[in-house]
Amino acid sequence: MDFNLSDITGYLPLVILAAVVLISLVIEMYIKSAPKILPWLTVISFLGLSYQSLLTIGKPGSFFNNMLATGGHVNIFWFLFNFGGAVVALITIDYLKKTEIYHGEYYILLQSSVLGMMLIAGAKDLIMVFVGLELMSLTFYILAGFARKRLFSNEAALKYFLLGAFATGFIVYGLALIYGSSQTLNIDKLYEHFTFESKNIVGIIGLFLFFAGFAFKIASVPFHMWVPDVYQGAPTSTTALMSTVGKAAAFSALIIVVSPAFGKEKATEILTPLVATFATLSMVYGSITAIMQTDIKRMLAYSSIVHAGYMLIGLAAGNKEGIDGVIFYLIAYSFMNLGAFGLISVLEGKEEKNLAISDYTGLGSKYPVLAGLLALFMFSLTGIPPFAAFFGKYYVFMAAIRADLLWLAIVGIAASAISLYFYLRVVVVMYFGKDESKFEVTSSNPALTGIIVSALLVILMGVLPGSIIDLIAKF
Amino acid sequence: MIPLEYYLILSAFLFVTGVTGVITRRNAIVVFMSIELMLNAANLTFVAYSSFFGDVVGQLFVFFVMAVAAAEVAIGLAIIIALFRNKETINIDEINILKW
Amino acid sequence: MTDYIYLAVLFPLIGFLINGLFGSKIKNEKITGGIGTAMVGLSFLVVLFSFIETLGLPADKRSRIVEWFTWLEAGGLKAAAAYQVDQLSLVMSLVVTGVGFLIHIYSIGYMHGDKAFWRFFAYLNLFIFAMMNLVLADNFVLLFLGWEGVGLCSYLLIGFWYDRKFDKGTVADASKKAFIVNRIGDFGFLVAMFFIFSYFHSLNFSEVLPLVANSELKPWVFEAIALFMFLGATGKSAQIPLYVWLPDAMAGPTPVSALIHAATMVTAGVYLVARTGIIFAMAPTAMMVVAIVGLCTAFFAATVGLVQNDIKKVLAYSTVSQLGYMFLALGVGAFSSGIFHVMTHAFFKALLFLGAGSVIHGMHEQQDIQHYGGLKKYMPKTYITFMIATIAIAGIPPFAGFFSKDEILWMSYANGGLFFWIIGAVTSLMTAFYMFRLTSLTFEGKERFDKHHVHPHESPNVMVIPLMILAGLSIVGGWVGLPKVFVGESGNWLDSWLAPIFKDATRKIAHGGFHSHFEEYLLMTLTVIGAVASIMLARHIYIKRPQIAKDVAESFKGMYKTLYNKYFVDEFYQKTIIDPLVGLSDKFLFRFTDAKLIDGAVNGTAKVVSFFSAHLRKFQTGVAQFYAAVMMITIVGALFWIILSF
Repeated sequence: MDFNLSDITGYLPLVILAAVVLISLVIEMYIKSAPKILPWLTVISFLGLSYQSLLTIGKPGSFFNNMLATGGHVNIFWFLFNFGGAVVALITIDYLKKTEIYHGEYYILLQSSVLGMMLIAGAKDLIMVFVGLELMSLTFYILAGFARKRLFSNEAALKYFLLGAFATGFIVYGLALIYGSSQTLNIDKLYEHFTFESKNIVGIIGLFLFFAGFAFKIASVPFHMWVPDVYQGAPTSTTALMSTVGKAAAFSALIIVVSPAFGKEKATEILTPLVATFATLSMVYGSITAIMQTDIKRMLAYSSIVHAGYMLIGLAAGNKEGIDGVIFYLIAYSFMNLGAFGLISVLEGKEEKNLAISDYTGLGSKYPVLAGLLALFMFSLTGIPPFAAFFGKYYVFMAAIRADLLWLAIVGIAASAISLYFYLRVVVVMYFGKDESKFEVTSSNPALTGIIVSALLVILMGVLPGSIIDLIAKF
Repeated sequence: MIPLEYYLILSAFLFVTGVTGVITRRNAIVVFMSIELMLNAANLTFVAYSSFFGDVVGQLFVFFVMAVAAAEVAIGLAIIIALFRNKETINIDEINILKW
Repeated sequence: MTDYIYLAVLFPLIGFLINGLFGSKIKNEKITGGIGTAMVGLSFLVVLFSFIETLGLPADKRSRIVEWFTWLEAGGLKAAAAYQVDQLSLVMSLVVTGVGFLIHIYSIGYMHGDKAFWRFFAYLNLFIFAMMNLVLADNFVLLFLGWEGVGLCSYLLIGFWYDRKFDKGTVADASKKAFIVNRIGDFGFLVAMFFIFSYFHSLNFSEVLPLVANSELKPWVFEAIALFMFLGATGKSAQIPLYVWLPDAMAGPTPVSALIHAATMVTAGVYLVARTGIIFAMAPTAMMVVAIVGLCTAFFAATVGLVQNDIKKVLAYSTVSQLGYMFLALGVGAFSSGIFHVMTHAFFKALLFLGAGSVIHGMHEQQDIQHYGGLKKYMPKTYITFMIATIAIAGIPPFAGFFSKDEILWMSYANGGLFFWIIGAVTSLMTAFYMFRLTSLTFEGKERFDKHHVHPHESPNVMVIPLMILAGLSIVGGWVGLPKVFVGESGNWLDSWLAPIFKDATRKIAHGGFHSHFEEYLLMTLTVIGAVASIMLARHIYIKRPQIAKDVAESFKGMYKTLYNKYFVDEFYQKTIIDPLVGLSDKFLFRFTDAKLIDGAVNGTAKVVSFFSAHLRKFQTGVAQFYAAVMMITIVGALFWIILSF
């Protein structure tokens, strides 16, 4: 056993976050002013951890008998989770008060879910992937049902829970088959032992079941059906968390576990068509169905399905560029959606009011700043340069072309041409609608801060995509 | 010594039974039990392989799955109770206000 | 100065940032308008100096790449913010900044008193920034950035007066239409770009284009690239079948129509095809398609222009028609003639639009020419300048339009054949006719407006001076490309200036046919005589005998109606494309798979739908369970597939 205390700097973020979770529990129990302390403790620790993750990005390390790795892509993901978590916490502060569902546990669960994500992204062993995934998913189930007096929230939680557990069943069974075919749960050794050419059908099936379970988490068609219901029913701040960093965490697992299989001949032959099919279905189905949506959260849920399709293109490409592109895309997508959902949470009234797209009529003249920001995120989601998502798409499409999947890139462009319609509708309603908006918005400075930071990141990634992709591609 | 295949076939059968249960039963709690059955089928596979390889990692994983499943029960029942308080039903086909 | 060419791109961006961020605070029109205009003026100066510098260089050193900074680089793909300064991009950027500068000045007067004056200038500056990126880019990625940027600005500016009514809908509808139609074109452009990358592993012009001429690739590759790229060009440059957005784009303020929808943005497609001319040269079928689409568009739009009554609509269809000429030129391999026409057209069409704006301004926003008449005594300066532009577009020597149009017609005869020439010449006669119909109804004849309420007046100097400058350019602008039959092979300055850019493409196409000078003189004389005759006819009908026009319209009612309603193309698209697409989403995916399958409510809208849902109702044991069932079916299906492919 090589347990060395000096290693601790590598996995320090995990230790700190676990400690913050415990401290928060104590604060919530014993201190009266917990509602004032907890949100800011959460924000500050998230920000500190994201900074720490960036600091140690160039120091690769592996710990606990090669169970955990840090450095490189892992730290990029850790940065994304923590920074995204900080934005979510900022959005949450006034949202919980406005909707009268404040309980201190919200922040504790938020911290725990981020801890789970960090475990997934840092995993070197399938046990860690599983534990991290469950930590994240279980907290998401609770957070989705957090407005426990509201039927929408209850229903979203139940559906998410049952289907999520169902998907977990497939993941665990897949892991069992992978274990059976390769005698190990360590990801590096797995691919040494994993002989694809021979009759390793058990291993391939296991890998596919694992993929299918995570396709559920990333909301890819045909495992997407929970997404619109849950995104719509859950409190908006929870939706912001699940749809962005939650999806990124699930993708990080796919990148760690499934992507090395591409390039092994038999696996490529079998998995690539499957992944490409799911990507195509997600893009086409999602973008066409989204056109008719009237509820903005539901529309963004379908949009999230479409984006999962784009990211799967990068995975299907199976090359280094594809993976880098997916990571870039995940960061871009996370901040776009955090911003969009953040704005929705600010605009939302009590008891699910003001969530129809038509409610936003005339917002442009009444609240120019909010409307301008929402328009920015909509343009970015469409993939119009110079905003972040354009380059995300660009990188994954380029990777697909290199992998001789030109047709997939063409489907992707066609889907993004269709998707223009439903994103643009929001902008048109806000700016070119006739009547004035009927509702009053209670402004929220913390949420606005988070949204503006997201907007700046989206612009930054659009203006200087080169230096960011360079950073990702370096590892 | 019972051959490995027997365990695997039994666990696959259990898994399929679980999946079928999830899809056909109306009561949310029964559906949930079926999901537990799927997890246990996977556990059985793990244990079977583990003892076949003479490698302890598989059994270790089973402990994690069991612990997680216990946590899942706590959360699942809590969600179901919360829903029951508001709607007074736990039949999944009646829980469909979120749709389209 | 060439080394600092990026300043020409940077200045408008600075203008955009200043006006966009602080415009609403400044509130002083002189300052916001002044900043916006000055930035474009500075940009023009940079380009001008660079142009003069390049003029002094020997022909083989004139093309340079100025790298500003590396913008993105990943896995062999490098796209820098690098600008290609060469003969072609310099001509384009001179037009963009020069005409852009004049239109900015004009806008100070035209937009005076608008509640969002600063926003207008911010958008205009942003447009110039994007357009400069488009024409100066040295790679497809940066070009695409500009391409999308101008599209976005066009959308914002068409919808500038979003609360007004337009035609049968609203201004917002018009801007949305422009944006969506353009995205169809963008789809083509992106696909072409991906094709290029997958075959040449680069997106830089300087790396891809030289490889094309000696490439061993199969011809269909070039055909595909060229056709997809042309699809992109048809969207941006309003060609059949994607031209429908341009007439509606007239909902925007008139300076916008002049700058974006006449002089600069719409020529981006022409520029793209010219820039990648070598790819088109390798794809004969695609070239043919370009020529025929251009010819059809030119002819078709001219016929529609004959009967429109909205002053801006007439000019819009005329723009579509003239763009058709440019594509005709490209399609027959006369790349430099196409660019020549881009330039002269920018002068006279910008002038026409600005003149129209001046008229609309003086007539209190009235746009229907049936309510004009006899305006020349009220606004003499507008009248004279408008007349100069009209003569230029009608193709009367020695005005600018004559030279470029004559060159195109001659090349289409020499490289294409007699048929091309006949249609092209007839179109040019129609152009002369409808343009003089427009001027006659507007400036001459009886005053048909209500004199008690409408008091026509000349526009302020800030608007009239740009008109005068453009009028001067409309006269002399064509002299840089005098016909070779007059001045010899090297006498056509523009042609020899651009020749190095197109030399590969021209060599590839190389037409061997010999044509005598006599033919050229004959055809030229015929078109000029025809144009003069059409002008006389138009003046006769619309000034002296307005009754004739009504009689003709009466006796050819069906045809008149078809033309007046623009061949019902909008209605056709609505019925065949938009309705089914919305229907597919609404009826099938949304209502059928989601609503029908899951909810179980069989509304029986269509028999097929109810048939399927009746059978699929068996899945309806519960909502969440249906989701689980779909997952399971997928997994089982995929497992079968895996097992079978082993």
